[in-house]
Amino acid sequence: MLDSVIAGLSGLASGGSFLFSQGLPNVIMLLVGGTLLYLGVKKEVEPLLLVPIGFGCVLVNIPLSDLMDKGGFLRTLYDAGIANELFPLLIFVGIGAMTDFGPLLENPRILLFGAAGQVGIFLTLLLALALGFPELEAVAIAVIGACDGPTAIYVASQYAPQLLGPISVAAYSYMALVPIIQPPIMKALTTPAERVIRMKALKKSVSPQTKLLFPIVVTLVTGLIAPKGLPLMGTIMLGNFMRESGVVARLTKASENEIANIVTLFLGLAIGGTMEGHAFLKPTTMAIFGLGFIAICLDTVAGVCFGKLVCLATGGKVNPLIGAAGISAYPMAARVVQVQGQRYDKKNHLLMHAAGANTGGQIGSVVAAAVMLSVLKGMGLI
Amino acid sequence: MDKWTFGITMMIVGVGGTFLTLWILSLSVDLLKKVFPLSAEEKGPEKKP
Repeated sequence: MLDSVIAGLSGLASGGSFLFSQGLPNVIMLLVGGTLLYLGVKKEVEPLLLVPIGFGCVLVNIPLSDLMDKGGFLRTLYDAGIANELFPLLIFVGIGAMTDFGPLLENPRILLFGAAGQVGIFLTLLLALALGFPELEAVAIAVIGACDGPTAIYVASQYAPQLLGPISVAAYSYMALVPIIQPPIMKALTTPAERVIRMKALKKSVSPQTKLLFPIVVTLVTGLIAPKGLPLMGTIMLGNFMRESGVVARLTKASENEIANIVTLFLGLAIGGTMEGHAFLKPTTMAIFGLGFIAICLDTVAGVCFGKLVCLATGGKVNPLIGAAGISAYPMAARVVQVQGQRYDKKNHLLMHAAGANTGGQIGSVVAAAVMLSVLKGMGLI
Repeated sequence: MDKWTFGITMMIVGVGGTFLTLWILSLSVDLLKKVFPLSAEEKGPEKKP
């Protein structure tokens, strides 16, 4: 009888004894999870994601919890939606349903800002290779520079699942830090005269038919050029087509609200589940965070430099600051440009132009990832 | 293929492919706007100077 009581008590104490004997990485990650929760709750930094990610991180680092073992709660979520790419794609349907491509369609050349804003991805790829990461891991890390969480998760879950945790956390953290990262770069690369350039107000020139057909054309064109990225572009454009058609309001609302909310919860928890201390705390994690930061800085540099080129080519009609909005963090990057523009000229309204560049960045980030995947396939690496 | 050949190829084809794709898209939008112009009704009443 006494033996069985002792055995029962030892079962109760096993978690605590594991934590003290070999659980230092778990303790550190419990603190990391707590920090993510603090940032999400107190500082409201991407709370919709950081709260479930932080809580998932706490859950998985409680010793012997088995949540990420076969049949465990977090493993089931991971297998159901991340291992098979489903969750990021469902999020993309919601993003498409929320996005108004109107400002972009008014001035379609602004799409090129969305390409310039992705140059950092490719430069970071070279840096990741220089640091010794294998090809597919380097690609997955570089995609953090897309400033696009679902795309980063999609690529990482496919080609570097062992790095999914740090890549996802880095991608979402840096997206939230765009208002801090971008302004010093924008200021350093532009002259006072360039910063106060006023741009002509956009005239209404897009018919409802054009808005409706745009998602179909984008799907066809990008699908033909880079078919490996079709799931990404197809879902974002499905959401936008539903929005513009106006005949499936219930589906559109469900995509941007209920579906996006439920999937965000499951996605965050499952990502948190990949942050188990022994697997997460490695030098590669720090390298990924460093490279992700560099990627977003380089995107901003490339965007603003492209803006300066366009400014020069148009005889000073384009404010180079809008180049910084050519990344995917929507609508945050557009707001940063508006705020920075008004910092130097209170009556300068760059928001609509920046919103156009920003939605171009959304398309550009998916195109860049799709092009990378298709090139990888062409090289026989996937 | 060594890492640097891979990286440089990815850089050239990746940046070029992204710009090319988005440029084609911008031309497609121009075409759409020409084929389906905004009607006077949709433009709304013109503002008098």
